[in-house]
Amino acid sequence: MTEFKRPDGRALDEMRPVEAKVGIVPNADGSAMYKSGDTVAIAAVYGPRKMHPQHQQDPEKGQIRCTYNMMSFSVSDRIRPGISRRSTEISKITEWALEPVLMLDKYPNTVVDVFIHITQADAGTRCAGINAASMALAHAGIPMKNLVTSISVGKLDKTLVVDLTKEEEDFEEGEGPTDIPISMTPDGKITHLQLDGKIGVQQLKDVVDMAKKACEKVYDVQKDALKKSIEEKQ
Amino acid sequence: MTNQVRTTPNITGERIKEYLKKGKRFDGRTPEQFREIIIERDVSKKAEGSVRVKMGKTEVVVGVKLGLAEPYPDSPNKGNLMTTAELLPLSSERFENGPPKFPAIETGRVIDRILRESGFIDFEKLCIEEGKKVWNLFVDIYSINDDGNLLDAAGIGAVAALRVAKMPKYDAEKDKIDYDTEPTGPVPLKEIPVSITVHKVGDSLIVDPTREEEDLSETRVTIGGNAEGRISSMQKGEAASIDAEQMKQIFDMAEKVIKEIANKIEKDLK
Repeated sequence: MTEFKRPDGRALDEMRPVEAKVGIVPNADGSAMYKSGDTVAIAAVYGPRKMHPQHQQDPEKGQIRCTYNMMSFSVSDRIRPGISRRSTEISKITEWALEPVLMLDKYPNTVVDVFIHITQADAGTRCAGINAASMALAHAGIPMKNLVTSISVGKLDKTLVVDLTKEEEDFEEGEGPTDIPISMTPDGKITHLQLDGKIGVQQLKDVVDMAKKACEKVYDVQKDALKKSIEEKQ
Repeated sequence: MTNQVRTTPNITGERIKEYLKKGKRFDGRTPEQFREIIIERDVSKKAEGSVRVKMGKTEVVVGVKLGLAEPYPDSPNKGNLMTTAELLPLSSERFENGPPKFPAIETGRVIDRILRESGFIDFEKLCIEEGKKVWNLFVDIYSINDDGNLLDAAGIGAVAALRVAKMPKYDAEKDKIDYDTEPTGPVPLKEIPVSITVHKVGDSLIVDPTREEEDLSETRVTIGGNAEGRISSMQKGEAASIDAEQMKQIFDMAEKVIKEIANKIEKDLK
C-alpha cells in the first residue's frame, strides 16, 4: 500500500483526541458529553418513566426512545431548528444501536428517553452521539449488559482510515470517500452499521477489524469517565 | 412559566414565602441578588459566536450564525435578525418534544425585542447592497439545564454571543459566505442591553428565581434596558395583577440589577 497522508497528520488507525465527561445535565437521571476532535455530543437520559402516549406502552417491557438533533450553529451553514428527515433517521439508528444492551424487561409500560444534541460538528456526529448516550444510560443506572461504543471507519480513495473528519469526508481524489459508521459492544457484537460510498467485500472485512480496535479505545475512555464520576462523589 | 407543570410541593412553597417575608431565600441570596453568572465562550467553533451561560444549575447555550438574505421591503438598507429559543427536553423533565410551545416562543420573542429595541445592533451596517443583499443575524438559544430563570439566562447569552461573534467574509463573486478566510471583524454593535425579570412571589419581589421559586411566581415583569437606566422593552407575564406602587418598585429594582449585570457582562467579555 502506498503511503497515504491524512490532512491532520494522524496515523491511519489513529482516532482524534477524545474527551468524555458524565453528569453534565443536573436535572437528568444520567448525562454525558463525548468529544472527538471538533465533534461534540451531549446526551441526557430521563427514565424509566411512564410512556406517553399511553397507546405506545408495552406491558411486557420498557422501551428506549432516542432523539438526536444538531444545534443550528453546530455547522457552517445554519440548520433550521427542529427535526429533519436526517435527524429522525439517526434518532432511530441510535435507538437500534443501544437497545440490544438494555435490560428493560423489569420496567413494563415505561420509556427511557435519551436526548442527544450536537453542539459542534466535524463529522462522526452519530457515533459521538451514541457514545455519549451509552455513557448517559450507564450514568442513569439503567440496567445494561454492556456499554455501546461507536466509531466511523472511512475509505479515502483506496486507503482505510479511522474516525473521519469533515475535511476527509469531502475527500474527492481517486475512488473518493466512503464512510462506514459502526457501533458495537466491547465483546464484539455489532449493533449498528451504515455505509455511504463504495468498497469491496474483502476490504469491508478489514473495516470491521479496524472498528473493533478503535472501539476498544472508546470503551476505555467511556469507562474512565464513568469511574471518575463515582470517585468524585466519594 | 405558562403551560408548565409546577412540581414544587405546597409545603415548600409556604416555607419559601415565609422566608421571603423576612427578606431571606433558601440559598442565602437577597431578593435582588442573582446567582453567580458564568459566561464561557466558543461553545461551537462553527458558530460565528457562541457562549454557555451558567447561573447556579441553570444553563443555556446560545449561538450566533450569519446568513445572506434579501432585505425586507420596509428596510432595504438594514440587516435582519431572527431569534429563536428551544426549551430542550434534555434540560428538564417538564419539556416535551414537538413543535415549540408557548414558553419557548415567548422566550424567543422577548429576547428578540430587547436586542432590537435597545438599538444594540447596528442594522444599517449589516447591509451589503441596498435593496438586494443584507446579512441575516440568527441568534439561537438552547436550554441545557433548567433550574429557573431560563429567560434571563437566554437574554444574557444572546447579548454575550453577539458580542463575541465575528463577521465572516462575504465572497461577492460567488455570492456566498467564505468560511475559509479569516473573519472580517466584530458584529456592528452598540452599548449592551440586559433583560431581567422581576417575579412576584406572595407579596415579595425577587429576581433570578430558582425552579422552586419560579413555580411560586404569580406574575413577572421582564424589563430590558441598559446601564444608563434607559428602558427599551418590557413584558408582563402571567395573569396576576400588580399594584401601581409595587410596579414602581419593580422599575427601581430592575434599574439597579440591569446596571450590575451589564457591568458584569462587559467585564467578563473584555
